[in-house]
Amino acid sequence: MTTMRARKQARELQRALSYEAKRPTVRVVSNPKEMRRENAKKAWHRFSRNKLSVVGLAIVILVILAAVFAQYIAPYPEHAGAYTDFANSTKAPCAQFLLGTDNMGRDILSRIIFSFQGALKMAILVLVIAVPVGTCLGLLAGYMNGTWVDTLIMRIADIFLSVPALLLALAVASILEPNLTNSMLAITIMWWPWYTRLVYGVATSCKNEYYVVSAQLTGASKGHIIFKEILPNCLSPILTKMSLDVGWVILMGATLSYVGLGEQPPIPSLGQMVSDGARYMPDQWWMTIFPCLAIIIIIMGFNFMGDGIGDMLSKGDSKYE
Amino acid sequence: MPQDDVILQLNHLKQYFPAGKGKDGQKLFVKAVDDVSLDVHRGEVIGLVGESGSGKSTIAYSIIGMYEPTDGEILFEGQKIGRKHRSMQMKKDMQIVFQDPGSSLNPHQSIAEILELPLKVHKIGKTHAERMERVKELLTMVELPEHYMYKSPASIGGGEKQMVAIARALATDPKFIILDEPTSALDVSIQAKIINMLLKLQREKNLTYLFITHDLSLMRNIAHRVAILYLGKIAEIAPADTFFQRPEHPYTQMLISSIPVVSEEEEALKPAKVESTGEIPSPVNIPPGCSFHLRCPYVMDQCKAEDPAMIPLEPGHQVRCHLCQAGRTTPAEPN
Amino acid sequence: MSNISKDVILQIKNLKLWFKVYQGYSKVLDGVNLTVHQGEKVGIVGEAGCGKTTTVKSILGIVPEGQYVIPEGEILYKGKDVLKMSDRDLGQVRSKEISMIYQEPSAALNPVFTIGQQMMEVVKNSAQGKGKSKAEQKQMVLDAIRDVFIPDPERIFTYYPIQLSGGMKQRICIAMAIMTQRDLMIADEPGTALDVTIQDQVHKTLNRLVEERNMSLIMITHSLGVAREITDSINVMYAGTVVESAPTEEVFRHTLHPYTVGLMEAVPRLSGGGIQAGIYGSIPDYLYPPKGCRFAPRCPHATEACREEKPLLKDVGGGHLVACFHPKEV
Repeated sequence: MTTMRARKQARELQRALSYEAKRPTVRVVSNPKEMRRENAKKAWHRFSRNKLSVVGLAIVILVILAAVFAQYIAPYPEHAGAYTDFANSTKAPCAQFLLGTDNMGRDILSRIIFSFQGALKMAILVLVIAVPVGTCLGLLAGYMNGTWVDTLIMRIADIFLSVPALLLALAVASILEPNLTNSMLAITIMWWPWYTRLVYGVATSCKNEYYVVSAQLTGASKGHIIFKEILPNCLSPILTKMSLDVGWVILMGATLSYVGLGEQPPIPSLGQMVSDGARYMPDQWWMTIFPCLAIIIIIMGFNFMGDGIGDMLSKGDSKYE
Repeated sequence: MPQDDVILQLNHLKQYFPAGKGKDGQKLFVKAVDDVSLDVHRGEVIGLVGESGSGKSTIAYSIIGMYEPTDGEILFEGQKIGRKHRSMQMKKDMQIVFQDPGSSLNPHQSIAEILELPLKVHKIGKTHAERMERVKELLTMVELPEHYMYKSPASIGGGEKQMVAIARALATDPKFIILDEPTSALDVSIQAKIINMLLKLQREKNLTYLFITHDLSLMRNIAHRVAILYLGKIAEIAPADTFFQRPEHPYTQMLISSIPVVSEEEEALKPAKVESTGEIPSPVNIPPGCSFHLRCPYVMDQCKAEDPAMIPLEPGHQVRCHLCQAGRTTPAEPN
Repeated sequence: MSNISKDVILQIKNLKLWFKVYQGYSKVLDGVNLTVHQGEKVGIVGEAGCGKTTTVKSILGIVPEGQYVIPEGEILYKGKDVLKMSDRDLGQVRSKEISMIYQEPSAALNPVFTIGQQMMEVVKNSAQGKGKSKAEQKQMVLDAIRDVFIPDPERIFTYYPIQLSGGMKQRICIAMAIMTQRDLMIADEPGTALDVTIQDQVHKTLNRLVEERNMSLIMITHSLGVAREITDSINVMYAGTVVESAPTEEVFRHTLHPYTVGLMEAVPRLSGGGIQAGIYGSIPDYLYPPKGCRFAPRCPHATEACREEKPLLKDVGGGHLVACFHPKEV
């Protein structure tokens, strides 16, 4: 009598036997260089175990390449600016204009490719400010756990977190001049507390680990303990969150530019393209749908990659990796 | 071999931790260490034995400076020390090895970085190259191959991690090392290796060890003197040989009779009459009188009311028990 | 000891088990042989990472699904191969025939239910408890708690696991395991997480209950001392193989395998006399295990034959089995 369980086991056994027959019997890891290579291989294995992470990585690489080489990739680079060609306005997708044109006759594909630049610039600038600020404050609060410094920093972070993010960004952007810099500023202001909280959690638990205690007892300086002992342990959650956040910052930027508070025309931005095209729905659908898809794909790409980075950096049960 | 001069002295050390408020609003304390006095001689291996909750690790942490003593004093080479008052020299002379080798090495540093830290802090070796030489020396000292300095803690076994932790403690050339259950998480064959290495280093460098453990049979083989702790107090302290031949305190007898042994010869050493009963009470609610009276097979009325004092029986052998007060060194049949 | 019968309740024959890991398949179990008779208390002794827990987990089929393969071997429970059973039959064995106690008692009890709720659940699903009234079921639970020497079972019944000490929790786990009539109990280092005086109490309780109920016991431990006090026979495991198997007294009187000898010497003695050097080297990498005897690279008596061919368990008389080409004394 063969049960389902037995048949499944037999299949897995076949796979194992053939794999083992092919596997080389000697593995040499003797010097640090080889060890690093081995570690990198292992990290890639953990990252690529989930196929979606690889898809995400591919999307992210393509988006970055497209943004960097927009000049050369875009079929009509000049369409990214104040260009009008009413003869070709609101053309449906065709061989000449793969994703159609907008009401000014500009190629949607070219404008999407160029809008990646603004989106990435925004994400990078927001994170470059928010992550170090948030991390340093979180480390400080975590290290001074239980003192007034801890209370002060964490309560301020709580206050920022209690204000709805988009509202604050809207308020800042509408008080100041509505442009990319100001909307980035607005997003940065509401973004750092997330990192403070994240790092604070890791730092407070890490502080009680024996290696930190041991460094303290031997007389190491505060700077050494915070940056050399505690910080490296916070890096993996920070990196994971960062790659997830790139997508969210881009979405937030698109939302702001949708309501007219982001990048100003004629510089293309995804949110603004969606909002402009919305007026022509549903007849000239391509003007809205393609920028929307672009936003969805970018965000998915960064999220999948973020999950992969999380898998890669997590020190799970090594027995079953 | 132990010498006469005292390297570390605990005088009525008390370490209490707040534990909320009781029913009638008065503050409650966990009396982790309650009036412990102990002299440690230079060149000695002294064993501190107790079950969990006995306060053995707290004593270690107070000495090394993780807590400020609630009361009493700690003298190291005649100087009073607290959490804040300790010179760099003192931090150099006193080191600790923790129980859990997994958490005592930073997983994000290489072994070389881990061993270099105490050298850097205490300015041993002027250049990076000099310090790396010393790191190699340290690894050789704990019988690990030199190329281990490039490894990360995650890639080596538990026993090897503990060897690295010991090497780190040795880095500053200390006089006094606290070993907080250094082998309790390891297998016996690895334990044997580490203990032998520790004893060799102790003899070579004339180190003083305060060895904390729950394993009495391990103590039998390595300590010069053994102190038994129960609920933050020393129950019995004696030279290792006398300790196992004539255990006086009923708790000591209970501990020894509970040890699973592997030979008939050892079985004969066990005091057969004392069977283990009950559990160690919470250190927040320490019973009145002798703290052991709830589990003691020889309990008398006096024990329930009065906390016994330390009674010297012979040089170096002290017991905290009313039975010995009464002059009956070997207790009669249990009640 | 008198109630060991000739009936074999569990027999593991040449069990091999490979775990799937990043670089390939880690050959953790390499031909485990183990026999348990009705009413016998069998010890599995060995150091961390030698496959003790994996062996018993494979008896219950609770090794993580999809992470392992079993290239060879049989696990015969009452004559039927556990490895070939359907999921339903295996479920029956797990819930009616074999019970298990773990090293960490707090992990085995659910923190959000009271002890009473959790134990009632076990009774309700057991053959003995089914169809009985609630009061009768509760009585069964209270009796079981009283059996493990916990005073005041009514009060413990209403407690949450967090209100109990480690020793108490382990006793409750034992109570749950013996409450319904099972034939085989597997205890995976039940005393290791406890203090020595409490461990002694727990072991004595376990021993008494197993004997009273005429159950068979497989006791996993890393301590030869514990095995000596509880078991009738001992199987010493090294690197996924049983290297020596004999009645307990015999193992201590005539230790044959070099690994057992090394292990025995490394135990600190209450009678003093210092500590031996331990065993040279460490457990092999299961991804690249030695070709012959897995202990050969660490063995002081190893010869060419040991490195080439794997020695099998051989009876050297008196039920003493050893897997070695050069046993210390015969």
